[in-house]
Amino acid sequence: MLELLPALLRGLGITVQLTVLAAVLGFALAFISGLGSLSKSSIIRFVTGVYVEIFRGTSLLVQLFWMFYALPLFGIRLPGMVVGVLALGMNFGAYGSEVVRSSIIAVPRGQIEAAIALNMSPGQRLWRIILPQAWLTMIPPLGNLLIELLKGTALVSLITLADLAFQGFSLRETTGRTTEIYSLLLMIYFVLAFFITAGMRWLERRAAMGRS
Amino acid sequence: MWDWEFAFYVMPDILKAIRVTIAATLAGFALALAVGLALALLRRSAFKPLSLATIGFIEFVRSTPLLIQLFFIFYALPLSTGISFSAFQAGTIGLGFHYGTYLSEVYRSGIDAIPRGQWEAATALNFSRLRTWTKIILPQAIPPTVPVMGNYLIAMFKETPLLSAITLVEMLQTAKIIGSDCYRYLEPFTLVGIFFLLLSYPASVLVKRLEFQLKQQ
Amino acid sequence: MGMPSKVEIETETDSMTDEPIVRYRKVAKNFGELQVLKKVDLDIAPGEKIAVIGPSGSGKTTLARLLMTLERPSSGTIEIDGELLWHEKVNGKLVPAGEKHLQHHRGKIGMVFQQFNLFPHMTVLRNVAEAPIQVLGLSQKEAQKRAKQMLAKVGLADKLDAFPSQLSGGQQQRVAIARALVMRPKVMLFDEVTSALDPELVGEVLTVIKEIAAEGEMTMLLVTHEMDFAREVADRIIFIDDGKIVEQGTPKALFKHPRNPRTRSFLSRFRNNNWKDS
Ligand SMILES: Nc1ncnc2c1ncn2[C@@H]1O[C@H](COP(=O)(O)OP(=O)(O)O)[C@@H](O)[C@H]1O
Ligand SMILES: [Mg+2]
Repeated sequence: MLELLPALLRGLGITVQLTVLAAVLGFALAFISGLGSLSKSSIIRFVTGVYVEIFRGTSLLVQLFWMFYALPLFGIRLPGMVVGVLALGMNFGAYGSEVVRSSIIAVPRGQIEAAIALNMSPGQRLWRIILPQAWLTMIPPLGNLLIELLKGTALVSLITLADLAFQGFSLRETTGRTTEIYSLLLMIYFVLAFFITAGMRWLERRAAMGRS
Repeated sequence: MWDWEFAFYVMPDILKAIRVTIAATLAGFALALAVGLALALLRRSAFKPLSLATIGFIEFVRSTPLLIQLFFIFYALPLSTGISFSAFQAGTIGLGFHYGTYLSEVYRSGIDAIPRGQWEAATALNFSRLRTWTKIILPQAIPPTVPVMGNYLIAMFKETPLLSAITLVEMLQTAKIIGSDCYRYLEPFTLVGIFFLLLSYPASVLVKRLEFQLKQQ
Repeated sequence: MGMPSKVEIETETDSMTDEPIVRYRKVAKNFGELQVLKKVDLDIAPGEKIAVIGPSGSGKTTLARLLMTLERPSSGTIEIDGELLWHEKVNGKLVPAGEKHLQHHRGKIGMVFQQFNLFPHMTVLRNVAEAPIQVLGLSQKEAQKRAKQMLAKVGLADKLDAFPSQLSGGQQQRVAIARALVMRPKVMLFDEVTSALDPELVGEVLTVIKEIAAEGEMTMLLVTHEMDFAREVADRIIFIDDGKIVEQGTPKALFKHPRNPRTRSFLSRFRNNNWKDS
């Protein structure tokens, strides 16, 4: 069974790359739209609301297919990898938006008032006081979303990207060793998810340092 | 760019396929409710190996892609066990077990929220274990979890397009077939996206309202 | 605007010849239907120590929060150092102040809260040094030096690296006092700073405040339920009830000979204290 591993792991690079890039894009979008949803401007709130509801309300696979098959009709033909990162990242960002929003709201009002009393500017309040505290609350749910993202990367195999899942499917065609290949695939994803969980635990411990 | 005529031409087929999507969602969710409860109970087992194995199973299923799980059920299980499933059956099983692991956590939080006194009261009344669970614990544990369950139902609904990968002709697969027949993907895929949005957005608003009402009580 | 009417009591108390540093003029605050402050007039002289007493819900906290710019007055004006706090002149017209204007004046005011509100993600030293670095633009070294001095002053020189969660309530509140003082405000607001403390920790916090008061320069507005403390530190006691200043005067005058029946009835709840003997 293990002799199948090297061939499978050829897709590992793509899967990891997709996860990392989409996570970076997603984090950025989550922060921007999470903050946007708390904006005083109703236009900004509306725009972020539309983004979040569209990407949460339709399905990830539909988004992938749409960007891959329908977008070229507008003359925009993106490489599979770009489509994968965009769709996964925007999807992740839409779910992350709510995480960011709710953890910012959860920072006690007294913290902001103390910062005002010290005459901190709105930007300083956000970056020095609110976000560092919200960050601690954000880590566990963002970790869960990251696992969802990793799982979601398997869908790019359906738009012909040669990730882990894709290598599994093609290896199955050539060897016919269906059960072993799918079992191995599941285990590889499980190990990857384990690394993510461990990483997030470490981040959480670090962020919580000193606080009880 | 956007062709209304073509959009209206393909709409009936896609609308027809919504039925398959919804049927798969409901069947999958019914199974998930049962699997989730079973996992939540097994996890509480006093027999440590059983409880640990359950935790391991939950963790494994939760952190691996549904897509591969579906392939495993649809293609690998028949080879190793001799039992084969239709695409719909395999899809239902995949969704049911995948989301069952999520729901087991929901049940667990509901059960954990029951005060100790309720268990003690049941013991004092000399209730059997079965009676304690069915008459006292679950009737109190489940109602507060309904909004969370609702959110998982919506999440599962949005994952049904994955069943197209195991040949189930649901909405997305229908759109894809039309698209490749007519060399036009824009309208079919956009319509599928809109239909998902039209169903899931009101549903999630409903769940939010329910959540709010429960909090008020 | 008419001539500012002199607050009667000022003539009673001694040598308040300076311009007031804080001036509330007909300040009202509504929360929806509820009017919490009703056209309050109050002048505070530089260096003056004012204790604000009154029943719970009477508007004491709101009075302080308006000055700290945490709450916007519904009507009336507040002046700090002779300038309008909540209004600015744009093209000769008074308009509600923007964030810039508020930031410009906010630096003159510091506040200590009932619930401490220390930053849980920062050490004690950083809690105190953060604003000097960020707001005053001091170097890290200079800010830490100042912060350490201030922490020594409140008796916490040995807790620099502790996190707030590792301190007692009394220690946390002393850090909060140091954090406000390090900004060198002209006016300090203390809002029931001992109410959230266990009884045995109240003393250490009050002692620190008394020491600061004894230095003389700082203008202080102290909302408090500690009558002994109020009598000891305050030049003037203000009794607020139902959003109005009902009576004010020197501690001696107000505690010994309250004129208003509402003041009397409020103070009678504290009769078992020994303030009346002095
Ligand atoms: N943000 C607010 N919204 C609505 N009502 C408020 C708010 N803050 C204070 N109040 C009300 O204003 C009144 C005065 O409050 P406060 O100034 O805190 O009184 P005190 O400090 O004297 O106890 C109370 O009735 C309180 O409930
Ligand atoms: Mg108060």
